Amino acid sequence: MKALLVAECRGGEFLESSYELAGFAAALGAESVMFCMGGDAPPAFAGTLYQADAAVCGEFNPALHKALLLQVIDREKPDLVVFCHSSYGWDLAPRLALALKAGQVSEVVALAEGGYVVPACNSKLRRTVRPSTALTVVTLQSGAFPPLKEEGAAPPIISLAPPATEGGMEFLGYEAAEIGEVDLSRAEVIVSAGRGIGKKENISLIADLARAMGGELGASRPVVDAGWAPHDRQVGSTGQAVSPKLYMACGISGAVQHLMGMKKSDFIVAINSDRDAPIGEVADVLVVADLKEFVPALIAQLQV
Amino acid sequence: MKILVCIKQVPDMESKFKINGEGLWYEEANLAWRINEYDEYAIEQAVQVKEQVGEAEITVLSVGPERVREAMKKALAMGCDRGVQIACDDPWRRDSFEIASLIAEYAAKESFDLIFTGMQSQDRGSAQVGTLLGEMLGAPVLTTVVDFSWDGTKITARRELEGGMKGVVRTPLPAVVTCQLGLNTPRYPTLPNIMKAKKKEIVSLPVADLAGVEGRLATEKTAFPEKKGSGLVLEGEPREMAGQLLGILRLKTKVL
Repeated sequence: MKALLVAECRGGEFLESSYELAGFAAALGAESVMFCMGGDAPPAFAGTLYQADAAVCGEFNPALHKALLLQVIDREKPDLVVFCHSSYGWDLAPRLALALKAGQVSEVVALAEGGYVVPACNSKLRRTVRPSTALTVVTLQSGAFPPLKEEGAAPPIISLAPPATEGGMEFLGYEAAEIGEVDLSRAEVIVSAGRGIGKKENISLIADLARAMGGELGASRPVVDAGWAPHDRQVGSTGQAVSPKLYMACGISGAVQHLMGMKKSDFIVAINSDRDAPIGEVADVLVVADLKEFVPALIAQLQV
Repeated sequence: MKILVCIKQVPDMESKFKINGEGLWYEEANLAWRINEYDEYAIEQAVQVKEQVGEAEITVLSVGPERVREAMKKALAMGCDRGVQIACDDPWRRDSFEIASLIAEYAAKESFDLIFTGMQSQDRGSAQVGTLLGEMLGAPVLTTVVDFSWDGTKITARRELEGGMKGVVRTPLPAVVTCQLGLNTPRYPTLPNIMKAKKKEIVSLPVADLAGVEGRLATEKTAFPEKKGSGLVLEGEPREMAGQLLGILRLKTKVL
């Protein structure tokens, strides 16, 4: 079996998440080649690397990147094309799958005897799917497969000439993340509020607990999107990545994007009324309770 | 301007799910259904574009059984003008490629200028249908959009990347936009608008009229994830649990 791994670069820098593609190929026992648009330094990868000039092709240009990948596929004849389930991967993978008449499996979390396991319903369910096409495109859930770095000689690089493809879309560049006043990455204790707090007024209850614990207030994405907390409090793949000594998730169900940002915490406490909430999978302690009753009780005992 | 909004009806994600008799998907009985959260942003963005340009008609489309008309009624009350149901009793049997093909078959005849979808559904989460639809129609697709503007000639959109970064893209119409959470603030339908929506048309198209392709993925099974069960679960009276938790934190961490 041969896999084409579609690595990612941003601002010329090779993204670490791309090594998970190599880890996945190793789990399958597949031979692999890699494609990356640009990248100043070659990745630690043992196979052949196909590269095109990002200054000419653009770091984001789906039509053009698709055309380049089709060239590589024509040459290498892989059985599998593997992307990260990321803003780049989920954008490009369906375009490529359609062009190849290939089945696409999104957000693979595990392998199951030729089938692929993917999450459903906020990770409350797991679906096993099997493509009926010979060539398959998959995207991998971030963190699901251990990264594999193959140290040693730099990979042989094959440079691709830019194809004459107009994308119909202009890429105007990147904008840096908004920088807020709070650097959660340095906090030792973070108490985060999720949608389960119910309404904006209840954020003060979680903020009180954060204060009583001597920590910072964090928040999940829905809480920030709803305007209940500012963006610089957001923990997760599109917010801040944190690794405090104690992380308390209040009313957070545990969407993978949130877990990405906090699962490196030393000790995780989840407070949730749903005993089956996926956050329970990463929590050291799951307190099954109504926040409005439990949090005041906890604050009262902290103040004794 | 002709605008299409594609929506999906999904169960409340807080539901206690059961696996269906075939072991392939969740049991649909006794679930509370609502509009896929991402699609609410798509509806709102379509309505905002209509408010900006004045002359526009918004069609809201959903693939599914009779109950999806309820989701479409809410979209009509939020400001969409007409509904199209692709009537299909078991859309969960179809993969993203089939669903996108159904919608493309309909949309190709209507020549929409602008199509909005959610970036993914909350239940399947494959993030494929919007992109496939655009590719099938030969239109540029802007995915994962958290900021949208239309200047009369081109769309400028911000795509959300990892770590809070954004990528800025621009394209002329026709185009497909897949909407990420936080793009706007979806409005609540007002009572007068709910009343007006009752008079708006919802056309039902039999799925057989549009279906012409075979799926490329088969579901083998759906199951609950295996519980690792490594963590401790506390249940009971709040005050008692608070005491237990503090005891554990004092023992296991050095933060108190």
